[in-house]
Amino acid sequence: MPQRIAIVGVGESAFGEVPDKNVWQLHADAAHAALDDAGLGKQDVDGIFSAGVDMMHPLVLCEYLGLHPRYTDSTMTGGSVWEYYVEHAAGAIGTGLCETALLVYASTARSDVKKRLRTGDLPPLPRGPSQFEAAYGLTLIGKYAMAARRHMHEFGTTSEQLAEISVAMNRWAQKNPRAFNHGKPITVEQVISSRMIADPLHHLDCCLRTDGGGAVVITTEERARDLKKKPIAVLGTGTANSHFTMSQWDDWTDMIARESGARAYARAGVKPADIRFAMIYDSFTITVLLTLEALGLCNKGEGGAFVSGGALGPGGRLPINTDGGALHSNQPGMRGIFLLIEAVRQLRGECGDRQVDTGGLALVNGTGGYLSACGTVILGQA
Amino acid sequence: MDEAEYKLFRNHLPIADGETAPYWEGAKQGTLRIKRCTACDRPFFYPRTYCPRCGSDATRWMDASGRGHVYSYTVIAHNDVAPFKEWLPYVVALVELDEGPRLVTNIVGCDTRHVKVGQRVEVVFEKIDEAVTLPKFRPV
Repeated sequence: MPQRIAIVGVGESAFGEVPDKNVWQLHADAAHAALDDAGLGKQDVDGIFSAGVDMMHPLVLCEYLGLHPRYTDSTMTGGSVWEYYVEHAAGAIGTGLCETALLVYASTARSDVKKRLRTGDLPPLPRGPSQFEAAYGLTLIGKYAMAARRHMHEFGTTSEQLAEISVAMNRWAQKNPRAFNHGKPITVEQVISSRMIADPLHHLDCCLRTDGGGAVVITTEERARDLKKKPIAVLGTGTANSHFTMSQWDDWTDMIARESGARAYARAGVKPADIRFAMIYDSFTITVLLTLEALGLCNKGEGGAFVSGGALGPGGRLPINTDGGALHSNQPGMRGIFLLIEAVRQLRGECGDRQVDTGGLALVNGTGGYLSACGTVILGQA
Repeated sequence: MDEAEYKLFRNHLPIADGETAPYWEGAKQGTLRIKRCTACDRPFFYPRTYCPRCGSDATRWMDASGRGHVYSYTVIAHNDVAPFKEWLPYVVALVELDEGPRLVTNIVGCDTRHVKVGQRVEVVFEKIDEAVTLPKFRPV
């Protein structure tokens, strides 16, 4: 029986618009915040899990931080990679390859665009599988828009229903002073009358683009007992990926979270009906709707009705993304780490005005690529 | 990097290789070519040496009918990258061929507001330059 693991520290750098810090500084700020939260120092870290900036990302990062880990993982599945890393950390810690894992992420996506160091819609290099996609001008948002259109066609889902998801995340953001859109409440009407980006997705169906970083520290449940904060147990994980280019995705209303979720539920010994609080990757409103269905949190095709009437917001039947999510709190690009951070804070009872009754469980689902790669993590009391 | 340099280094046009050249050559000649696995007897897209379903390398080129329907689509209203920003608004669709495989393409030759899921479409070939012709689709 492998060692059980627990999350013992979480932390963030400054986020939103942070033009005066470089991306490695933000990694360091987030890492030190999470280690402080755990009552650990960098000398305790012997496993590093990070990706996203450079080809040899972990080498740059470890050099910058002054780390010499005995375990290194730089798997890359986009925004869900942090949930993949939790599963990989369970394997590495469970088999003794390392004891204390640091997952750390940061990007300066917002400031890079403002400084004209990058543009919003970089097409992929037109070789390999992407040679069949790149010439047609299919933007990242366009991929999600096509998924939304298909769901509307099969199930009659409406733009108003998708807008409900954005409004619910926005209502949570009003309770989180650090959220980018704190103090900027919106309505369903404002979402559907906002500028069209890729039909049927409007500007307010789309996530923010911010700077910022986050970090999570994981160790054995045994070691966790002596640390500063109440440890949060990793009860079960699952990962799965379905496609990279859009022509290879078999059923556009059936996200691969169905498989990652099934594995996580089985390992944790819980079922969808047990879940009272979740953190669901919300790159776009449609991402949330498809994920809720795939995870069995509502029936397939009924996502539109399920999210209506403020169901996901404060006081709703299934509170999700209580920090305000990618739609209204922050989104540096690969946001899955912030899902873990908020879930841990909710389970610890640290969330103040936005605290929900978790029932001692939190389901986290990251989605990376183009609705391509899902990592599900179920957290609970250690 | 200015826009001219950007286009030079990140050109959006396909870079054919030995495995895919017959597809792009077919397009130049006005034929939509896909591959079929002779082991599991199924056509597939995009072209690969090994069948993505059963793993067999007994895969052969075949001419597709060039007809199918729209599985889904979007009207792109925002794109800040050349040349696409000159096209706005334009339709990107996933077309399901009558043979089964699907591909990403543009729907051309009609008002962007008239595209629908399920609509019947047929291939047209748009010559970009001497090297590249792109298969696109128009309503039947």
